Amino acid sequence: MSDQGAAASSETTSETPDLPFRVMPAVTVDNEHFWTGGEHGELRILRCQACGYWIHPPAPICPQCMGRDVIPEPTSGLATVLTWTINRQPWYPNLDPPYVVAIVELPEQSGLRLTTNVVGLDPEEIDFGLEVRVTFLEYPDSRGSVWLPMFEPVNHV
Amino acid sequence: MSDRKSGWTRLGEREAVISGVGQSEIGRRIYKDPLGLTIDATLAAVEHAGLKLSDIDGISTYPGNLNQPPGFSGVGVVELQDALRLDLNWFCGGMELPGQLGAVANAIAAVSTGLANHVLCFRTVWEASAQGDQGRASVTMGGGGDALRAQGFLQWTLPFGAPSAAIWIAMMANLHFHKYGTTREQLAWIALNSRRNAEVNPNAIYREPMTHAEYMDVRMISDPLCLYDCDIPADGSTAILVSRADSSDDLAREPVRVQAVGTALRGRPSWDQFDDLTTMALRDAAAMMWERTDLKPEDVHIAELYDGFSFITLSWLEALGFCAQGEGGAFIEGAERIKRESCGVPGSVALNTHGGQLSAGRLHGFGFMHEACTQLWGEAGERQCLQGDGSLPEVAVAAAGGGPLASSFLLTSG
Repeated sequence: MSDQGAAASSETTSETPDLPFRVMPAVTVDNEHFWTGGEHGELRILRCQACGYWIHPPAPICPQCMGRDVIPEPTSGLATVLTWTINRQPWYPNLDPPYVVAIVELPEQSGLRLTTNVVGLDPEEIDFGLEVRVTFLEYPDSRGSVWLPMFEPVNHV
Repeated sequence: MSDRKSGWTRLGEREAVISGVGQSEIGRRIYKDPLGLTIDATLAAVEHAGLKLSDIDGISTYPGNLNQPPGFSGVGVVELQDALRLDLNWFCGGMELPGQLGAVANAIAAVSTGLANHVLCFRTVWEASAQGDQGRASVTMGGGGDALRAQGFLQWTLPFGAPSAAIWIAMMANLHFHKYGTTREQLAWIALNSRRNAEVNPNAIYREPMTHAEYMDVRMISDPLCLYDCDIPADGSTAILVSRADSSDDLAREPVRVQAVGTALRGRPSWDQFDDLTTMALRDAAAMMWERTDLKPEDVHIAELYDGFSFITLSWLEALGFCAQGEGGAFIEGAERIKRESCGVPGSVALNTHGGQLSAGRLHGFGFMHEACTQLWGEAGERQCLQGDGSLPEVAVAAAGGGPLASSFLLTSG
């Protein structure tokens, strides 16, 4: 395993030499709305059609009303930084620290959260309560693209 | 959360006891076969309990035999059973448990329902050898072969360069710092207290004194956690023997009693969706444990609390009621209320008396149960805690797990 990260890197970055190594999600029928919504510029989350409750991570039932009619809907793409860390440890080849990992909360519903990266700022400028909006980073590979939903300050130029 | 205390009608854990403990050699990169380490710990525990190998009719382990990540396991129930040709009435190995010590909770359940009489619980790690000279950062989850694509919870963190619980816990710690004013200067005392205890533990890995300045100056891993907030990968195996309470006459020593167990998970089961990110599932495990006993936090002399990362220990201290939620930083500051000499002192609890995983090595949860029992038996040597009148500690908590995984055990002597 000690050299596995490097081996994995050469395999996946061969088609995308300009992007740092990141482990991609396995896209399935259950989560493809989330990981590919960025192709259309949309952050899509499952929503209960009976009561309007947003469901993340995806599940085929609404935990609030037990409704089974749940389909993806676009969110506003806005969020607030709930908590964060500046990661300073190199974990993957070419994914150079420091970078911000954050848990952001979407305004659509209390407790509707994602773990993400906050980009478009000096990491030292990250703060609690920062208003951010989604920005997608496309990662192409042989199994098809994934659009990673990252966030940047709303006042980002 | 509803008040569930009145709902507990049977306290079956009191029909089980800890009859013996054992450990293999513990170290960094000792390059020994993990099954051999497990056998060493097993034979030591059986001898310690005064039992024969043929008395063992159950095995329980965490996380079962996995080959990823490297060094995380390597031995399951079947390898140990076959090597020792044990006749089993019950066994269990896996990782979807309330923390690493969930394997001990399973054993207690098996014994108290009569499915087994003496269950050998073990946890074996060889992460230090597996990492070789590459260091911990070389071992990241989710890489290689089909695992190049992350599934389950990891899909929500790996793509964002967050493969380690160091990062996930750092975000919880940072929120705690923000909400309650906790500081790195305070958090340092978890690591410093553990190092001071490790100085007098001959089996600990890092035994050189550590100063507060050294803690403050070491490199950061993921703010606000620094290198010394992270435990040390180790090689070693720990065995815990769980027996029927009515088998006491056959045992070498008065067994440790299991007063109460907490295994609850009442919030969402992930590192980022839990309702209150200044705490973790350990909040629920601790609450359940106290629901099942008349003892109180102030009755506890010894607390052996998981420290995969130092903030988890602070969170356990709060959840178990040794201090209020949000007051963990002030509670540990200066280590006056957590040092091993504070055993039995009102308002204090002797914490991680062997040095924890931060200094004694990452035996992954089982080391805390081993130390709690060792202290209650008065077998801890130079680091033995005594109450003010010179008597042995009588009540201990052993607890392990972080994030969505946690279980806690209230143990009493004699």
